[in-house]
Amino acid sequence: MSIQETATKIVNEFSLFDDWMDKYNHIIEMGKTLPMIDEKYKTDQYLISGCQSRVWVSAELAEGKVIFKADSDAVITKGIVNLLIRVFSNQAPEEIIDADMSFIDEIGLKEHLSPTRSNGLVSMIKQMKLYAVVFKTKMKEQQA
Amino acid sequence: MSFDVLKIRKDFPALHQQVYGKPLVYFDNAATSQKPEAVINQIAEYYRTINSNVHRGVHYMSQQATDAFEGSRKRIQEYINAANHHEIIITKGATDSINLVANSFGRKFLDENAEVIISSLEHHANIVPWQVICEKQKAKLRVIPVTEAGTLDLKAFEQMINDKTKIVAVGHISNALGVVNPIKKIIAIAHQHNVPVMVDGAQGIVHDSIDVQAMGCDFYCFSSHKFYGPMGVGVLYGKEKWLEEMPPYQTGGEMIKSVTFEKTTYNELPFKFETGTPNVADVIGFKSAIDYIDGIGMESIKAYEDEILDYGIKKLKAIDGVKILADGAPKAGVISFLIDDIHPYDAGTIIDKFGIAVRTGNHCAQPIMDLLCIPGSIRASLAFYNTKDEIDRLAEAIITVKEMFA
Repeated sequence: MSIQETATKIVNEFSLFDDWMDKYNHIIEMGKTLPMIDEKYKTDQYLISGCQSRVWVSAELAEGKVIFKADSDAVITKGIVNLLIRVFSNQAPEEIIDADMSFIDEIGLKEHLSPTRSNGLVSMIKQMKLYAVVFKTKMKEQQA
Repeated sequence: MSFDVLKIRKDFPALHQQVYGKPLVYFDNAATSQKPEAVINQIAEYYRTINSNVHRGVHYMSQQATDAFEGSRKRIQEYINAANHHEIIITKGATDSINLVANSFGRKFLDENAEVIISSLEHHANIVPWQVICEKQKAKLRVIPVTEAGTLDLKAFEQMINDKTKIVAVGHISNALGVVNPIKKIIAIAHQHNVPVMVDGAQGIVHDSIDVQAMGCDFYCFSSHKFYGPMGVGVLYGKEKWLEEMPPYQTGGEMIKSVTFEKTTYNELPFKFETGTPNVADVIGFKSAIDYIDGIGMESIKAYEDEILDYGIKKLKAIDGVKILADGAPKAGVISFLIDDIHPYDAGTIIDKFGIAVRTGNHCAQPIMDLLCIPGSIRASLAFYNTKDEIDRLAEAIITVKEMFA
């Protein structure tokens, strides 16, 4: 599934919910299926700054695709980072770098996109795209 | 006369709005308070009529603005019972006031043999300026620990203070936990050693009557915006003898007597510490806030706030899994709490959806959160315009939070 297809799927999922509580319950549920980061990566190096809760994100490259794993000490943050992982994980670095993030607005989480929000969604996206940039550069070097 | 909170609420326009389709409950008063109509009108009135620069012009409007500005200073002096109006320095806020003392007092009195004492309960604003000046002057920063009850350990303080101590800087009321510190005892101990005390009164001025002479403090700092006045205005009260000895903090216009390229002579108090054009409109607006509060009376405000705080603590404690921080310590205005093992960020996100404004996180007081081994807390900070009904709504939201994260 492409990034756009996953994003559309997520938008459809969220469109089933009329009120905020169902929406947040869905985010909480999503947090429970988060691909968990290995304990050894839960260090400052993998910690994403700008969050009121702590979030760690790791990335590795497998057969040209980026695999993300994460964890957080807050449940909603787990759900939000898993939302991003569903979209970004198993995609080529280039796709991740160019990904259009407007679906976050469509599912009614726009408030989390503001840079003043302390959940750090913006920082998470930035960090995940940064991983993709690094992998893209490495892949180019290997090809050269 | 009973306290008519519904009538009082009418004076605060910002309280009457819907958030996510629900009536706003504003419980973030320790961050900033809402403003009464009188303050909002005063600021607009200033810009409509006498707006001009102060202390410089000979023209009519400048004289009017200067009179109003100095009128505010006298009102502040009277309100906190300072001995002299020139002991009232107008700043940008409590943080600015503390930076002024740390830098100016620090440059004059701190060296490699000196020690400064702060406490574990401080807001970052009363930690970092002291850390920086101590590092610069090679002085030592010492910290009063807290007891398990969340109160300051005065025995440890008595052992800590010595001949090297040059100043003690402590908060009056903790912003993160709401703990009221035994400020008079701290001052008495410090003064036995001839050590001056600076009190961070950012929360203190809001919840109690302040008489700086009766308290005996050497410096008292606070912000207008937490005390129902405009943002961008603060006060530093300092005893004349200290302010006279301290060098200017920032330099420029207004703070000078004469300038040649060879030598500048500094102005007298308070102008020595007030360089540049001040925030005239908001300083004048702050006088309206003091007039408003005085009109109701701090004693009535305190009695009502204590009543709703007590109600709130009891109401929240009755919910299974709610843990009040520093429970049992003397408190003012703040309920800092945790719900089961739920992360404060998770809880705060859901509480917000009920139209209730609380603060979550470390409340700019990371050291005390680290000492309590918690990532932060949920803080409901009350003002005299809050009601028991609003506390009931918070309690309902907490029950939903518990269900969602069960």
